[in-house]
Amino acid sequence: MSEKRATGTDRVKRGLAEMLKGGVIMDVVNADQAKIAEDAGAVAVMALERVPADIRRDGGVARMSDPALIEDIKAAVTIPVMAKCRIGHFAEAQVLESLGVDYIDESEVLTPADELHHIDKWHFTVPFVCGATNLGEALRRISEGAAMIRSKGEAGTGDVVHAVRHLRQLLGDLKKVTQADSAELFNWAKALQAPIGLVQEIAETGKLPVPMFCAGGIATPADASLVMQLGAEAVFVGSGIFKSEGPAPRARAIVEATTQFRDASIVSKVSRGLGDAMRGIEANSVETRLADRGW
Amino acid sequence: MSREGVEVIVGVLALQGAVEPHVAALSALGAKTLLVRSPDDVAGIDALVIPGGESTTMSMLLESSGLRGPIGERLDERIPVLGTCAGMVLLASTILDGRSDQHAFGAIDITVRRNAFGRQVDSFEADLRIASLGEAPFHAVFIRAPCVEDVGDKVEVVATLNGHPVFCRQGSVLVTAFHPELVTDLRVHDQLLQLARRRTEVAPPLVPTSPL
Repeated sequence: MSEKRATGTDRVKRGLAEMLKGGVIMDVVNADQAKIAEDAGAVAVMALERVPADIRRDGGVARMSDPALIEDIKAAVTIPVMAKCRIGHFAEAQVLESLGVDYIDESEVLTPADELHHIDKWHFTVPFVCGATNLGEALRRISEGAAMIRSKGEAGTGDVVHAVRHLRQLLGDLKKVTQADSAELFNWAKALQAPIGLVQEIAETGKLPVPMFCAGGIATPADASLVMQLGAEAVFVGSGIFKSEGPAPRARAIVEATTQFRDASIVSKVSRGLGDAMRGIEANSVETRLADRGW
Repeated sequence: MSREGVEVIVGVLALQGAVEPHVAALSALGAKTLLVRSPDDVAGIDALVIPGGESTTMSMLLESSGLRGPIGERLDERIPVLGTCAGMVLLASTILDGRSDQHAFGAIDITVRRNAFGRQVDSFEADLRIASLGEAPFHAVFIRAPCVEDVGDKVEVVATLNGHPVFCRQGSVLVTAFHPELVTDLRVHDQLLQLARRRTEVAPPLVPTSPL
């Protein structure tokens, strides 16, 4: 007998994001780093050739990673493996889907391939996560089929200030929308450049229809605690772990802090003796604002 | 002492994973819930849910939070427990394709293989016939789901998918490979509550099953 199976549904795509809540997703550039991340308690890894700090340093065009690298990382760990494609580059996304990655990040960290259009993500079985700096951007990505939203922050800086700005903007507007009356919602849709259906939905529920994670500049356990207290449901750490002095203990400490973010004594305990965090650069001083990419 | 009329408190392990949907399902059934994050939270609960998430992460956090011992003790007392997906993995007696340091509570005598249904692109929804839940099929959501490869003599296979057990019970321990918390059908959670209410209403605990 065979039950009828439906794959790639909304519920299945958003469901995996539900399972990642309260966890840390770590950028890794090889199988060894992937194992360190898994050992430290990561809920997933993001497989890429260069962490954002190096992409920023090297300049040039940043593209999807070599499929061989992604396969190596997939083989090394039992937790979900994500990978990045360029904004609008649906052919890269098709390649990543064929590799069997568990989530695709249509990411501003890579050089955009389309100046107007994001990928129509409804056409894919694999779920997508997209970055957002505000509520309108988040709702546009969701309307294109994103099953998870993350704040963009400013990747590769180790400076959390823009992640905080984006979370506050997004969640602040969300609160305001819930206060609006039904006539005002049409104006909100116009102002946010977002579909009215989604605006009405969030006005009703008070939350995004998909999980909201935080990325971009998280470098310490206290950073993780900060963004979780601000309302993020999980944390992406890019350069912050493997650009630090002691990646394994720092990774572990960020995992603990993300889980126990309400308890400052635990965050304090795990923050001790981790060595130097990534040096970082002040996000407001960078020339290339990755967060400006995306439309 | 009868606690009839006293509402049961269901703990939901809240270290990582899909905690809120379980809380919502239990609340919809009128149960009080308590998020379990530290050892102090364990003593007052009448039942426990171990949600889906990453079992490797939860296993590590159970250790660092100091919850592993206290939860193990409550499981030894046979409090009713529901483990979904990663929760099923953590309650099993044997884990295949896990990490060597991954802890299992051994509360139910099953051998579980992690991610047995494949990667995320293979995750799926399907209707299951579950006799003990009644006529209507249960719409089950499987996400990178584990499967049960072997069951002990004391284990009742409640539901199967293509011949593989996906819902098992041993005494007061319920485990599902799928995610009943992601649908609005509350029948699985209701079974947990029935076990919890029965246990708090009668003085002697349920007949203990043999040690694993």
